[in-house]
Amino acid sequence: METTDIGLWGVPLAMLGGAIRVSTPFIFVSLGEAITERSGRINLGLEGTLVFGAMSAYAVAVMTGSPWLGLLAAALAGLCFGLFHGWICKFPKVNDIAIGIALMLFGTGLAFFFGKPFIQPSAPDLPAIPFGNWSDIPQVQAALNVNVLFLIGAALAVFLWWAFRNTRVGLIVRVVGDSADAARAMGLNPNTVRLLATGVGGALAGIGGAYLSLYYPGSWTERISSGQGLMAVALVIFARWNPLGCFAAALLFGGAGALGPALQSVGVTQGYYLFYAAPYILTLIIMIATSSPSRTLAGAPGELSITK
Amino acid sequence: MTGKFMLSRRDLLKTTATGVALGLASAAFPIRAARAAAATVGFIYVGPKDDYGYNQAHAEGAASLKGVEGISIVEEENVPETVDVQKTMESMINLDGASLIFPTSFGYFDPHMLAMCAKFPDVQFRHCGGMWNKDKHPMNAGSYFGYIGMGQYLNGVVAGHTTKSKKLGFVAAKPIPQVLLNINSFLLGARSVDPAITCQVIFTGEWSLAVKEAEATNALIDQGADVVTCHVDSPKVVVETAAGRGAFICGYHANQSPLAPEKYLTGAEWNWAKVYKMFVDDLIAGKPLPNFTRGGLADGFVKMSPLGPAVGEAARKQFDATLAEMMKGGFSVIKGPLKSNKGAVVATEGQAFVETAIELESMDYLVEGVVGSTA
Repeated sequence: METTDIGLWGVPLAMLGGAIRVSTPFIFVSLGEAITERSGRINLGLEGTLVFGAMSAYAVAVMTGSPWLGLLAAALAGLCFGLFHGWICKFPKVNDIAIGIALMLFGTGLAFFFGKPFIQPSAPDLPAIPFGNWSDIPQVQAALNVNVLFLIGAALAVFLWWAFRNTRVGLIVRVVGDSADAARAMGLNPNTVRLLATGVGGALAGIGGAYLSLYYPGSWTERISSGQGLMAVALVIFARWNPLGCFAAALLFGGAGALGPALQSVGVTQGYYLFYAAPYILTLIIMIATSSPSRTLAGAPGELSITK
Repeated sequence: MTGKFMLSRRDLLKTTATGVALGLASAAFPIRAARAAAATVGFIYVGPKDDYGYNQAHAEGAASLKGVEGISIVEEENVPETVDVQKTMESMINLDGASLIFPTSFGYFDPHMLAMCAKFPDVQFRHCGGMWNKDKHPMNAGSYFGYIGMGQYLNGVVAGHTTKSKKLGFVAAKPIPQVLLNINSFLLGARSVDPAITCQVIFTGEWSLAVKEAEATNALIDQGADVVTCHVDSPKVVVETAAGRGAFICGYHANQSPLAPEKYLTGAEWNWAKVYKMFVDDLIAGKPLPNFTRGGLADGFVKMSPLGPAVGEAARKQFDATLAEMMKGGFSVIKGPLKSNKGAVVATEGQAFVETAIELESMDYLVEGVVGSTA
């Protein structure tokens, strides 16, 4: 292995690399949640979907030898979880937040149960595209090894941002999210729209899980997520339900998360617990700075149970 | 006729009440005395028992008891260090009739295991760690632990021969004495080969955080480390990430060589099979179980993974020689003159601490050559 001494350049490089490596699950889960919340429901169960997606992707990849089939399995599993949530929530007086918490525990529990035989075997990884080949420095090459799912996530964020504004489907989702009465007056069935929106959201979260187990960190363990699904749900509010904002917030989170290890590696070793808290402190500061007592959150869908 | 077999609500209540009463009776009057010849031993793990790490090491020890005559094993994994572990212990005692329980995780001891010790004075509890104290704790409790620092020293010897960049990496969970001793031992092992070698340490702050461990491994390799080891609950992520970046690995807790057969040099492993066998032999013989058991490499509590294909001839020779020296007993990893990486003297000329030395259990420094800080 060749090495080049890059010294302090390691910190910005690690943050760039970290932003690309760590952010992908956040991107997919938060985009999925953005779709669901834009339709007027909150699905807190995405943490469970993420873990179950990670498990099913890994299991199918181990059994078939194809990471792409694993990815498909994760998306399908996520779709089922999302549809289940959407179906239960259509009944009157059902609280979507409570169902979400139940599904979160159900998803993780089920993933642990089925995932037991797959902790030991190794699965094939999803491919990455080496964008760093122009550089001779191995560290740069490693940081710019970009997984295809990251690129798909980026494209998806732009597409959703465009679609919410400019397409009929986007309009329907927004109308249902802002006023169920208006939607009914238009002849739309809010429950059907929300069912589908939650299903798509679940499928995206499942794909996020597949990234965790099939690329980075790239193995199935029961603690693989450590709360990333929940953080991603919070990111949606942080990003004001805007898909581009979700993408930026996910990048910020990934980069800030890489700060702690990178600083320690160049010898800044004091106070690493504080650096590890950096993403959360950053979130708090931005939330406080942009909130106002005199108006509701900008961009919040009117039907969302937290804003009602 | 069929009506007779259909349970009315009253019958159901009656039957359940009898069941509960029987259950209570069996808890109060130990029926398990009747099956003294067939003892049940319970094992409780904090994580999955096939994690290539801490829990797997214990589960391998438990599995080695499965052939022992008259012993049956009950296990439960993923038990949090909360009141959950009390429920697990209670169900192992009441439902499975366990007479000896090994709660293997650090946080199980106080207050959970101690509460169960008071509640079930006939059951023996042995906790993995060093927390049992004759003056404070009941006699049906106890501790067992191993000294694994010399295993990390041997890891360091092999790493010292293998590294080209003269930089080693260590992914650590928390700066507690046992982890610090492992880091220091790893570096001192490497410095026995070449005193110019340094070791960069990154603390992740938690025992199991897959993404942060992967980030830490990448950051170490970005800074030029070409041999990496770790002290986290499950080294799987570190091993796979390091091997993916082309670095060599020294293992910890269990044998991780199947994850990276070409890049795995050796590893410091627990040999709990030996410890559990000792306890169970005493149990079968009807002897009182020891309350405080400890041992290291020479006692068979700790073992080394077989050397990997990347280990060179010189490394192999020094590894074997050092191991032979250690097996004689009395080997000291921490010996003077030795300074901490902040310049304080931690051992003066001629001063040496054997692995059982009580001073090592309050270690709060990293030795000279380790890049990192304990806070």
